[in-house]
Amino acid sequence: MSAPGYVLDHPAARALAERHRVRAWEALPWLLAIAFYFAFPRHLGFGTELLVAILFAISLDLALGYAGIITLGHAAFFGAGAYTVGMLAFHGVWKEPISGLLLGGAVAALIGLASGLVLLRTAGLTLLMLTLCTMALLEETANFAHAYTGSFDGLPGITFKPVLGLFEFNPLIPRTQYVYALVVLFIGFVFVRTLIYSPFGQSLTGIRENTLRMHAVGAPVRVRLVICYTISAAIAGVAGGLWAQTNLYVNLSTLSLDRAATVLIILVLGGYGRLYGSFIGAVAYMVLAHFLSQIYPTAWQLGLGLLLVLIALFARNGILGLFDTLRRHFRAKRAPS
Amino acid sequence: MTTTLIETHNVSKSFGALRAASDINFRIESGARRALIGPNGAGKTTFINLLTGVFAPTAGRVLYKGRDITDLPQAARVKLGIARTFQINRLFRGLSVLENVYIAIAERLGAAPAMLHPAGRRRDVIEESMHLLEQLKLADDAHHSISELPYGRQRLVELAIALGLKPEVLLLDEPAAGVPSAESHIILDAIDALPAHIGVLIIDHDMDLVFRFARHITVLVRGAIFAEGTPKEIGANPDVRAVYLGQASHG
Amino acid sequence: MIFGIDVASMLLGGLAAGMVLFIVSVGLSVTMGLMGFVNLAHGAFAMLGGYIIVLVMRNWNFDFVSALATGFILTAAISVIFERLLYARLYRAPELDQVLFTIGLVFIFIASVTLLVGPENQPVPIPAALQGQLDLGFLQYRTYSIFLILIGIVIVIGLWLGFERTRYGAQIRAAVDNRRMAESLGINIDRLFTVTFAFGSGMAALGGGLGAEFLGLDPQYPLKYLVFFLIVVAVGGPGRIFGAFYAAAIIGVLDFALKLYIPKGGTLFIYALTILLLLWRPQGLFGRTA
Repeated sequence: MSAPGYVLDHPAARALAERHRVRAWEALPWLLAIAFYFAFPRHLGFGTELLVAILFAISLDLALGYAGIITLGHAAFFGAGAYTVGMLAFHGVWKEPISGLLLGGAVAALIGLASGLVLLRTAGLTLLMLTLCTMALLEETANFAHAYTGSFDGLPGITFKPVLGLFEFNPLIPRTQYVYALVVLFIGFVFVRTLIYSPFGQSLTGIRENTLRMHAVGAPVRVRLVICYTISAAIAGVAGGLWAQTNLYVNLSTLSLDRAATVLIILVLGGYGRLYGSFIGAVAYMVLAHFLSQIYPTAWQLGLGLLLVLIALFARNGILGLFDTLRRHFRAKRAPS
Repeated sequence: MTTTLIETHNVSKSFGALRAASDINFRIESGARRALIGPNGAGKTTFINLLTGVFAPTAGRVLYKGRDITDLPQAARVKLGIARTFQINRLFRGLSVLENVYIAIAERLGAAPAMLHPAGRRRDVIEESMHLLEQLKLADDAHHSISELPYGRQRLVELAIALGLKPEVLLLDEPAAGVPSAESHIILDAIDALPAHIGVLIIDHDMDLVFRFARHITVLVRGAIFAEGTPKEIGANPDVRAVYLGQASHG
Repeated sequence: MIFGIDVASMLLGGLAAGMVLFIVSVGLSVTMGLMGFVNLAHGAFAMLGGYIIVLVMRNWNFDFVSALATGFILTAAISVIFERLLYARLYRAPELDQVLFTIGLVFIFIASVTLLVGPENQPVPIPAALQGQLDLGFLQYRTYSIFLILIGIVIVIGLWLGFERTRYGAQIRAAVDNRRMAESLGINIDRLFTVTFAFGSGMAALGGGLGAEFLGLDPQYPLKYLVFFLIVVAVGGPGRIFGAFYAAAIIGVLDFALKLYIPKGGTLFIYALTILLLLWRPQGLFGRTA
């Protein structure tokens, strides 16, 4: 027989066994985020938006990048989390931020579970349509219940209890918001990273790569997809709740097609199905948007459209995909057969 | 002592007006080496789909070890011990050979639903995967992604996945299809080396493979069983030859 | 008596709106059924056609019929260019690529229209003959709405005849049913698709122009109504002309009915009903099971 551990002499086995190990460069994004806090104290508002966008994109990556669920309605969960947190605080029912965030995630998870059970029986255009439908349904509901949600005007001027009883959300100096968002993002990221490298995450990749084969190896495909969708919804809900808490405000934009399309663009731009694609995509998109979309909004939309067409035709794996292609190109050049 | 593993009673399948399977009575017992042959469009793949639960029959029952599994979905049948390979490779193309087999074995061992520890922590799954790859002489390719492999070796991975499920019944849909003749021996050797207790059914057009491998041949024509018997009987059967020659002359 | 008139006028208004939805969406349904291509930019072609119709009427004094014909032909022609140059490259591409591409197209169309014409709503001048009210005996109703209903019925029957009686129609039906078999029978699927795509976009253009009364005509059109076009296709079943017709009619009538009885929350029910319907029948009301 074989001595235990012998099999790990094989490079492939070793690679698989160590795939999840944290590499040195993975500290980089966090170091940069911390450096940003000290280097750009007057842009912490923008920085916080960026962190929230990354968390939202990570949630979408779980559903779309890893499980292959194509959705244009992910803002449904973002908004569900935002409104849960926002409404509870605005109407004085619940103002504690951390537990509020968990509540927002829980509500979003419930909606994700319920809608996932229905939607994931379908595929393709029907599934896409149903994701849009669910989001539109929530948006209309929020619009309808204006007494609770403020409808089109939203709920302005929300206040929360200080984080851990010590750190206040000051709308003019968003330092607490930034650090708070960074910690939440870190925790969310660690969770998703663990999930991706687990056997469950591996099976999601299998479902994405070849659903029929997964059925034929005995995997309960729909159960896995629903679980994945629910977790993704929960994280999106936390991101939405975070948005409400750091902006001290919530409105219908959290449930809009615009927000859902933006997070999809961010994810694809950076590279989906890659843990760090969300980081790169969010930074690239939001920096560009910050400078261009205010000044020339129509030209911005035109450019965005062209970018999407180009990505779809030539660069479907986004920025990280382009890096990969470049790396392979140089490796091939350096090692002539 | 052979047990009947999978059997069908008067199974029929219609797609609208098209009758793809008519009243098929079939069994695969443990240790079987059976082949299903027939002209194109005879319904051979449809029959495998009926056995594995890709779709339900329009009439008739499918039984496994005496238990009615007609309404059981694909994944459940795999858990019972029925595995198949596809006529066209269905592999996880972006993943490595090792990962492909890992996924199958992880499902079988119940390791797949785990969310909170890394896949690499399950050394038992990795070990079993490597063992299987070594048996099929795929170990050197373990770290290559599927798209880097020649088609013949990809077909072998398709077989590896099915074997990783430790099935009692193995259904091989044209296992050597698309494999260049220079590579086909690796498939044939692997089939020869299949564990003796597994009941194996092969669909193929390659008569050399069929006659080399099968102890019992069923001929399917237009969805119905046309003839059955040992290779010698089938080879000598003039009606079978006519069916195939008729096929050839229509070209 | 008054209750009866309310119901009748609601039915007529709903049907008219439904006809608009149908005329715009039928092209999307057929191209979806034929090629399985997720074309989220379909509404953009409807908008394009609508703008062409408005502009030729306003700036060059085209009459209504010529404007509609121009809108149809020009949009169909433009769509062929897009189809041959861009869409065709993505037929075998994964669904995500098709989604990204068509959303990108939508953004390009919206921005272009905003830059070239402006962000305001463009009303379509209705010819005098179709203005005013028609006396139906038991009720007086807007002539234009009656016109829309009649046009819709004519179109669905015309399309149905085209599908059942012409060679092209037979080929499309065969290809929708089983593409691989159709290909092996020698049907040139790519050419079929170009023709169908052009025709579908032309139809959308007609719908965009005819329907400006109900759906308006502004740069946000393709995104505002995207869900509804998709609902019509999914509920009606991709590739099913009468399916799209009934689905659109039902949605139109429901929308009007709900507006009457629940002024603020009407659309909500349409979304909820769609979800429930597809929970019960994932293939749509008239689609076929896999």
